[in-house]
Amino acid sequence: MSSRDYILGRIRWSLGRGAMEREDDLSLVERLSQPKANLIPKRGSGTPKQQISLFVKMAKEVNATVSRLKSLDGVPRAVAKYLKDNDLGTAIRIAPHPDLENLDWSKLQTSFGPSAGDDLNGLVMAFAGVAETGSLALTSGAQSPTTLNFLPDNHIVVLKADDLVGDYEAVYARLRRESNSADFMPRALNWVAGPSRTADIEQTLLLGAHGPRKLHILLVEDDGPEG
Amino acid sequence: MSENEKNVGLFVTCLVDLFRPTVAFAAVKLMEEAGCSICVPERQTCCGQPAYNTGDNDDAKAMAQMVIEEFEQFDYVVAPSGSCAAMIRVHYPELFADCPDWLTRAQNLSTKTYELLTFLSDVLHVDKVEAALDRTATYHDSCSGLRELGIKKQPRKLLNSVEGLELVEAEQAERCCGFGGTFCLKFSDISSRITDDKCDDLLKTGAQTVLGGDLGCLMNIAGRMTRRGETVEVRHIAEVLADMCDEVPPISQGKG
Amino acid sequence: MKLNAHNFKENAKKALKDDDLQASLQKLGTGFPLKRLAAMDRLPEFEDLRDQARDIKDHTLRHLDFYLEQFESRVVETGGKVHWARDIKDGRKIVYEICEAVGAKTVTKGKSMIGEEMAINEYLEEKGLIPIETDLGEYIIQLRNEPPSHIIAPAIHLRKSHVEEAFRKTHTELPKDRNLDAPEDLLVEARTMLRKKFIAADVGITGANFMVAETGSTVIVTNEGNGDLTQTLPRVHIVLCSIEKVVPTLEDCTTLLRVLARSATGQEQSVYTTFSTGPRGETDPDGPDEFHVVILDNGRSRMLGHDTHDMLRCIRCSACINHCPVYQSVGGHAYGSIYPGPMGSVLTPALHGLEKSCDLPNASTMCGKCEEVCPVRIPIPKMLRSWRKKQWEDGPVPTLQRLAMNWWAWWALRPKLYHKVAGWKMRIMGFMGRKSGHIKALPIKNGWTENRDFPAPEGKTFQQRWSEKGGRRT
Repeated sequence: MSSRDYILGRIRWSLGRGAMEREDDLSLVERLSQPKANLIPKRGSGTPKQQISLFVKMAKEVNATVSRLKSLDGVPRAVAKYLKDNDLGTAIRIAPHPDLENLDWSKLQTSFGPSAGDDLNGLVMAFAGVAETGSLALTSGAQSPTTLNFLPDNHIVVLKADDLVGDYEAVYARLRRESNSADFMPRALNWVAGPSRTADIEQTLLLGAHGPRKLHILLVEDDGPEG
Repeated sequence: MSENEKNVGLFVTCLVDLFRPTVAFAAVKLMEEAGCSICVPERQTCCGQPAYNTGDNDDAKAMAQMVIEEFEQFDYVVAPSGSCAAMIRVHYPELFADCPDWLTRAQNLSTKTYELLTFLSDVLHVDKVEAALDRTATYHDSCSGLRELGIKKQPRKLLNSVEGLELVEAEQAERCCGFGGTFCLKFSDISSRITDDKCDDLLKTGAQTVLGGDLGCLMNIAGRMTRRGETVEVRHIAEVLADMCDEVPPISQGKG
Repeated sequence: MKLNAHNFKENAKKALKDDDLQASLQKLGTGFPLKRLAAMDRLPEFEDLRDQARDIKDHTLRHLDFYLEQFESRVVETGGKVHWARDIKDGRKIVYEICEAVGAKTVTKGKSMIGEEMAINEYLEEKGLIPIETDLGEYIIQLRNEPPSHIIAPAIHLRKSHVEEAFRKTHTELPKDRNLDAPEDLLVEARTMLRKKFIAADVGITGANFMVAETGSTVIVTNEGNGDLTQTLPRVHIVLCSIEKVVPTLEDCTTLLRVLARSATGQEQSVYTTFSTGPRGETDPDGPDEFHVVILDNGRSRMLGHDTHDMLRCIRCSACINHCPVYQSVGGHAYGSIYPGPMGSVLTPALHGLEKSCDLPNASTMCGKCEEVCPVRIPIPKMLRSWRKKQWEDGPVPTLQRLAMNWWAWWALRPKLYHKVAGWKMRIMGFMGRKSGHIKALPIKNGWTENRDFPAPEGKTFQQRWSEKGGRRT
């Protein structure tokens, strides 16, 4: 008997039944095909302005830093300033995202693509942000290599205010909506709240474990051309 | 017993009966003053909790049956102990889950069984007592009473009405004292450590008196305190509320 | 780890005398519990979320076969492979064969309790592979060749000096005179040393806190980023999980995640919560080529529908462990099992058999704090009691204990005789302790008077005095 049959058989035996009845089965299938949200905390449910305020507050609590920009065009300047202020040189590896590729990177040494481990700084575009906890949703894909989220020491993430929502459930809903198939999940959906940390040495909190040492968020609030 | 008086069966509990009868007398006094007529069945010894927690369900059931038979006649059953009251109220129905007849009787008994302070406060609506004690005191929340019966506000409300008594909260008032019934015998080293932590926490309040609602916990704490040479007084809250502190020295202390 | 639960009493004795351990446990007692309280205070919906979390798990367990099959289909549809392992032997073989098939030499590991349960490192080493723990705590204990003492903070029993010692002993290529005084120094060193390993690894093994049936995703909850590096860089990602970790939908998973981090460390969200679905697609610039999920049973299917069924709700947050006065006194190694504390005292007998671990369900005061803090409201004391019942009925119970209980029951069921004899005994004891109010030693050896005075009885029993008073009887 295969382990699969053994395990499923044992489960059914323990539950005192055979395989599921047709009706039961259908209601469960529906539960999966039409997922419903459970209780969502009220915390993230304010106006967009309140959500931005909450997001910034929560992100800072988990030791991310946040700069607020008026438009995407301001990103290269903001990145250059961040690197200068923190003594991080002028090189940065960037996700090949159309919103980032076409900006004016003339002041910095840039390259695009995944990280192989030699990059001090990395820049990506967030899929979404969640006000409830100050978290970022980063989804893997051609435009957003996962390695850029974990290998560079310094992680800079652009988040458009339009992509900021109140809760996690809104992000799942958007993923389902925007995909054409049942396979709407990216290979990796990384929820990120702050830079990496550990308390494994005498329960002392230390930032910068194996993932990024710093997380800087560029929150773009008015997604349009300058001026 | 007059018409208005509540007919209460006192479940003495083995520890109170054997070691500190004053607690039961205090309980009787408090309830009589609040309009109850107290009856004490002779045919009672143990609620069955030691057997139940040891996994000896047969003996636990036998003891529970005796309690049910003896006490189901009353309007109320009151015990000066959170753990014994919880045994009857919460666990008797569990014990008899598979015996329909006994289950009904257990459930009926369960609904009218109360720990003393809960009975005074929530059923008799007593919110103050005529008692005086010029002391600072801190209250230890026994685990069963706290977590199985929700006893938290009641003792504090009643103590606040004791003249001259100043109540100070211990930081870890809700942490276990380490007694755990047979645990303190089976794992005495660990139990001592936990008891020490409790003693340290209680002493940190600077209170002169430690109070609680469960004699097992109190004997455990008092026994450790005197062994450590501490002079803090340990008493059952009923003694204080009934103004009977003069009748018996603090637990584990002499007449001094 | 070899089960050492039968030595609990000895282990506990040692633990109580271990000053370093006691210092660490002190910190634990005031650390996580306070943080959890703070997180709860901030979220008014916390109690309702706990109820929903419990209900989601209950529902899933009732239909576990269905959800596991759905999960499997989705994993396969998204390009992954599912392997079913009935026991540890099965699981180890599966993992090794996956590694062998790709000619793996080094294997990085994110923290996985299922991996510990399988003692997978030991097995892979036997087979000539090099498994490298990457979670800092797990890395440290791997260097020290000891088991974890806590399910989310494996090295919580250690002091900084232990870590320094382990690093100096192992990282011999680094300058001997380097400064490792500060915890930061140790962290930087670990980061540097392990970064090379992450990149060189052929296979990455992680655990999974949850498996999502709707999407075929596995979820890890970490703070260090090691789990993500482990699963993203190598060619092959193996997920080790167990049957009860499946949940229906992303939304259900999120409800559980909301109570998980808060109950564990008081965090609103762990730094990295990652949902992995399948291997890299055609357009993915990075990620593993292969995605394998190994689903372990190892006795869990037997727990379903029986006394310890509710234990399967556990989401491995460690709240019960952090709040347990017994764990806080003796630490995790005393339990001799990779699952310590309250949850371990229920789970270990279920996985290993009661005979080998019967001390664990007894090593509890039944204070109920564990149940109070469990995010999915598992009635742990009830299940400890059910193990005690099984032990009482099937053995092993020390003869003395059985005799003592029988003796007590005999008297308690004969109230007339009991009251007569008790009357004399209490008067004798009352007399013995009349001056000081207590008795320092009792004729029979017992655990009480070793460390405590025994409060003297007042003298006559209450029943005697009530009779003398003419108090109302039935």
